Parts: sequence; C-alpha cells; structure tokens
Amino acid sequence: MAQLRQFWRGVSVPITAVIISLLIGAGLLYISGASPWEAYSALMDGAFGDAKGVQRTLEKATPLIFSGLAVAFAFKAGLFNIGAQGQLVFGALAAAVVGTSFASLPTVVHIPLTLLAGVVAGGLYGAIPGALRTYTGAHEVITTIMLNYIALNITDYLANGPLKDPTSLAVARTPKILETAALNPIMIGEYSLPLGFFLSVVVAALIWWLLWKTTLGFEIRTVGQNPDAARYAGIKVSRIIILTMLISGALAGFGGSVETQGVVGRFQPGFNSGLGFDGITIALLAKTNPFGVIPAALLVGAMRAGASKMQFQADVATEIIDMIQAIILFFVAAEVIIRFILRQNDTDNQILDVEPTKTADLAEKNSSGD
Amino acid sequence: MDMKAFWDQNKIWLSIVLGVLVLVAIGYSRDVANDTNITVAVLSASLRASTPLVLGALCGILCERSGIVNIGIEGQILVAAFVSFVSYSRFGDSLGAESVMALPLALLMGLLSGAAMGWLLAFMSVTLKLDQIIGGTVINILALGITGYYYQQGLLVPSKLQAIEIPLLSQIPVLGPVFFNNGVLTYLTLILIVSMHFVLYRTVWGLRTRAVGEHPRAADTVGINVYYVRYVNVIAGGVLAGLAGSYLVLEAVGTFERGMSSGRGFVALAVMLFGKRTPFGAWGAALLFGFASALQTQLQFFGTIDIPHQFIGMLPYVLTILVLAGFVGRTRDPKALAQPYSKE
Repeated sequence: MAQLRQFWRGVSVPITAVIISLLIGAGLLYISGASPWEAYSALMDGAFGDAKGVQRTLEKATPLIFSGLAVAFAFKAGLFNIGAQGQLVFGALAAAVVGTSFASLPTVVHIPLTLLAGVVAGGLYGAIPGALRTYTGAHEVITTIMLNYIALNITDYLANGPLKDPTSLAVARTPKILETAALNPIMIGEYSLPLGFFLSVVVAALIWWLLWKTTLGFEIRTVGQNPDAARYAGIKVSRIIILTMLISGALAGFGGSVETQGVVGRFQPGFNSGLGFDGITIALLAKTNPFGVIPAALLVGAMRAGASKMQFQADVATEIIDMIQAIILFFVAAEVIIRFILRQNDTDNQILDVEPTKTADLAEKNSSGD
Repeated sequence: MDMKAFWDQNKIWLSIVLGVLVLVAIGYSRDVANDTNITVAVLSASLRASTPLVLGALCGILCERSGIVNIGIEGQILVAAFVSFVSYSRFGDSLGAESVMALPLALLMGLLSGAAMGWLLAFMSVTLKLDQIIGGTVINILALGITGYYYQQGLLVPSKLQAIEIPLLSQIPVLGPVFFNNGVLTYLTLILIVSMHFVLYRTVWGLRTRAVGEHPRAADTVGINVYYVRYVNVIAGGVLAGLAGSYLVLEAVGTFERGMSSGRGFVALAVMLFGKRTPFGAWGAALLFGFASALQTQLQFFGTIDIPHQFIGMLPYVLTILVLAGFVGRTRDPKALAQPYSKE
C-alpha cells in the first residue's frame, strides 16, 4: 500500500499535467473554431485505430525513447543536453554511411555494425560539449544548441555534396542502405512491429541498470546531486561529466541509427528534425526515470502518429501537438502548481534534484583542481 | 594610461578590430579599383545582422544583471516576430494599406508580446522559483508551438520600414551610408545601447539591479524589493527581445517565416558574454558576429573563393562556442545568477 502510494506520488504530477494540457489544448481548438472532440478522436484513431496506426505510433515513439533517454541520462549528472538533436542527426548520417558500405557482409554483422556507427558518432559529438564544459566552463545548454546548428550545416553539406546519392538528382540525400543493414519489422498477426522499438526498451532497461546498479551510475548521480560532495568523495567530476555526455550522445546517436535503418532507409536532411527537442519534454515528463521515458515517448509518439489524420479529418494544423507539448512541459516543470491542484503537500518544486550551476562557478572549481 | 597595460587588457579586442580593419581596407581598395560597392554592402549587412543580436544581448544583460538566466530569448524573439507580422497584416487590412498607423501598432503588439513572454519567465523563475534553464526552455518550445499552430500561409503585409537617410552625416565615405541610412528601429537600437549604459551605471535603478544580481539578501536588507526589481528587469528584457523580433519582420525581412529567429537568441547570449555584460561591449561583439554572418550573404567580398555556403553559414555558431569556451576572454558572473531568492 505504501509502495502504491509512493508510485502514485511519482506519476500523479505527469498524468495530471498531461490531462490539464489536453484540456487547455481542447480550449485552444475550440477557440480557433475546430471541434476538440472530433480532433482528439481523429488523433486517437490515427494513432491506435488500426494495425498501421499502431505501427506508426511505435515507429514515431522509438527515436523519442532514445532522445528522451539521452536527455534524462544527462540530467542525472546535472547536465542539460539540448543537443540530442545534433547527436541524433550525426548518428543517422553515420549509420547511412556504414549501411551503404560493406556489401556482402552477413546481416548479423552488418546490422550491429551500422547501429554501432550511429552510437559512436553520436557519442563523440556529445562528448564535445562535455569536454568544453569541464575544461573551459562553457555551459552545455548553449554549446549543445550551437552544435545542433553546426550539425545541421555539416550534414546538409555532406548530403548535398560528397555523400549525395548520384541517382537522385534534385533531392539531397544519401543512397539507400543495403538490405543487410536494414532493421525490418517483426510481423505478429496483422501487426508489423518495428524492431527498433524493442531495442529501445532493452536500452532503457540497460540505462536503468547502469544508473542504479553500477558504481559509475552512483558516481553520475552523486555528481548531479552535489558536485562538491562528489569531488570530496574522490570522484573525478570532470571524467564523469565527459563520460555522461558521451553516453547521452551515444543514446541519441543510437536513435539516429534506428531511424535510418528501420524507418527512413537513408539519410535525408530535415527528416529527423524535432526528435531531439521532443526528448526534453519526454525526459521531464518521465521525471528522468529511464522506464518512465517509454510511456512518455509513446504518448508523444501517438500524438505525432495521429496528427496527420487529425489534420485531414478535423482540419486542425499538426502544430497543435507542439503547443500541447509545450504546455505539458510547463506544467511538469511547474510541479508546484499541480501539487496545489492535487492538494498534495510537501512541495519540492525542484524537478531536478540538482543544484543550479553557473558557468563561472564551474570554471573556478575546475581550475582549483579535482 | 600605460600602453602595455592597455594592450594586455584588450589584446583580443584590438587584434579583432585590427583584423577587421585590414579586411575592410583590402575590400575597399578593391572596390575603388573595380568601381564596385561591396565593402559598404558588407558593412551594412553586418549592421543589419547585428541589430537583433545586440537587442537580444541587452535583454540578456538586464536579466542576468538582476540574477535571472534567460535562455528563452530565442523564443521571445520568435513570438514577437510572429505577433508583429500577424498584427501588421491584420491592421494593414482593416486600416487600409496607406494608413500610417498600421506599422506603429504592429510594433506595439510585438513589444507587448515580448513583455508577456518576459512576464512568463519572471513568473516561472521569481514566483515559482523553477530552474531557470528549464523555464527558458519552456518559453522556447512554447514559442515554436504558438508560431507554428497559428501561422497561416498567404498572409501579406503592406510594406516594411523604409530607410531614412540622415542629411550630411550620410555623405561620409563608407561609414556614412552604413550608419546613417537605416530604418527607424536601427536608430532606436543605437539609442537604446547608449541609454542602457546610462541606466545601468548612472541611475538608482541600475544600481539596484546590479545589487539584486550580486547580493539579493543585502539588497533586501536595505529595503530593495528583490522580486519587483527582477520582475521589471525581466519584463523590460522581454520588450527588448520583442523589439528584436519586430525588427526582423518590420524592418529587415518584411515577412515571417517559421523558426525565423534561427538561433539568434542563443547567439545573443554569447554576444552578451563576449561584451562582458556591458551594453557597449555587447554592441562591439554584435557587430563582430554581424560581420561573420554578413560574409555569408556577401560572399563576393572574398573575391572568388569557393567555400560551401554551409560552412560560412555556421560561422556565427562556431564563434559562439569559442566565446563561451573563453578562448576570447572570460567574464565574471553576477554572484546570485540562476539562484531563486526567497524572503525569510
């Protein structure tokens, strides 16, 4: 019973936040002259109505689970990785490159190798802001955003130039990956379930294990809760920060690989946009719990999957989803408002149990040695 | 002042200024030889690109000097750009295309929307005491949602703000056409830079702002209302970010595109840091960043070097990282930055 109550305390805020946001979304729809009921039922229908809808939902949710995990994982060390977008894009591109090379490689080798390419690319790109933060004190929030724009430019250049598919004249994109590297869906009855989704669930479990059952996880969480105490306890904070950003970037890159291998089949600029940003909402909605990321990503994935049907049937712009997501984010962040509505006391309004850090602060600490 | 000390203190700035001057001199001599006007075009484009950046940086200065981190500048710019665009289109329809009131009203709406977004940040960070980075992120994502959902294709606006040539001053070679042949909002920005310096360092309000950012407890003890000072500064900052957005639509581009702020709000933060959180420093930094982005559109400045446009396009972003990494000088944060204040 006590456990159940604790569980409810954990999930009550996100659930209430989602409900309130959907209600506000309904209000906005009503004001702009659409029928909220019609819009939401079209949304549900598009997301879960038939086998295709379910597949679409899972497909949309998969990269979101990865980017959500990436953001949530970095949060545990007190780092805010807004760069999941750039890391994911580089992962997707690297997977496209490896996926088109090595013809005649057996599938059992080619698939993991291609996945690994995305993981490594995303990880290295994520390690850059980590290193910048430890060695120079540059705050990762701004450097990761800048790296997103840089990734956008570089991948755009590569897909337009050296890596461009010679057969597609007008469209800038890389060639289609080889069949040996493709992640094909599993057929269960009439449902075709994307393989990447199952991978993402396994990875979520692995991340949970890493965070709560290993020394590294303990060190990461300690750094997040109190960097000073961590340093005092002999934890190499700079190493942890770089490693955390590396793993976080690798998770986002993993998502990029899965997108390339399971959904898009190649790299095309603009096809993966927004996935990294959705990761922020998902990580906060999940309260940075790796298992919580899965339902949070499924929720956002379902909204994304059903959005086009909603636009078609109820004539509602798909961007209402962005609005609802922003409102969800606000209410999850403003936990204190929800706790007030739910009449729950003990308002720890900090969503992250970490200290706010400052750029100069960090630089000073680093220069004083650790 | 000792020349050596001056050099040591400002060597990065002086080298940059020197480098840019050399570039401009080379460009100008080529212009004279070939009878072209590329140098003036590049410098004008630099000034145009620097205006939203310096406004965003002034927003950041007001917020951070009073102890609030604002990473939502990007979203504030975007919302204000959108609101100015839509209201300009609506006012243009209802008042008639030749009405002189449509533009000022659209500007006012843009500034008000900026103020509203500033209020939202103040509400989250001062009243709710949320993590300020998350508060800013909420604003950025909300801005994408609002502008995406309410954007309608095919909205038209009558015309954009025209440049006003200032007599005599605009006759100065090179600098004249660059600085004295601009739209109203550019002139307003130049005035704002000077007045911001005055407000911060020469008025009681400026002193209070800085006190609240450095040591809110002490400020509170001497009777300064910390919440009030922070609210006013963050809302005023929102108005400045709003001006940046209105400038983009009403003076620079003349229309609205999705995501048209394209990272300027974040680059503005780097501009602010580069300028050591001072208005004049931010202006210099903004001009430098503006120069970097102007090169993108005025490629012929280099002659015929073949660089992919994507690489030149990411120059401001690379520069931002270098600034943040402290490769170009470090600055001290206000002591109470990012820390919510609670009265006891």
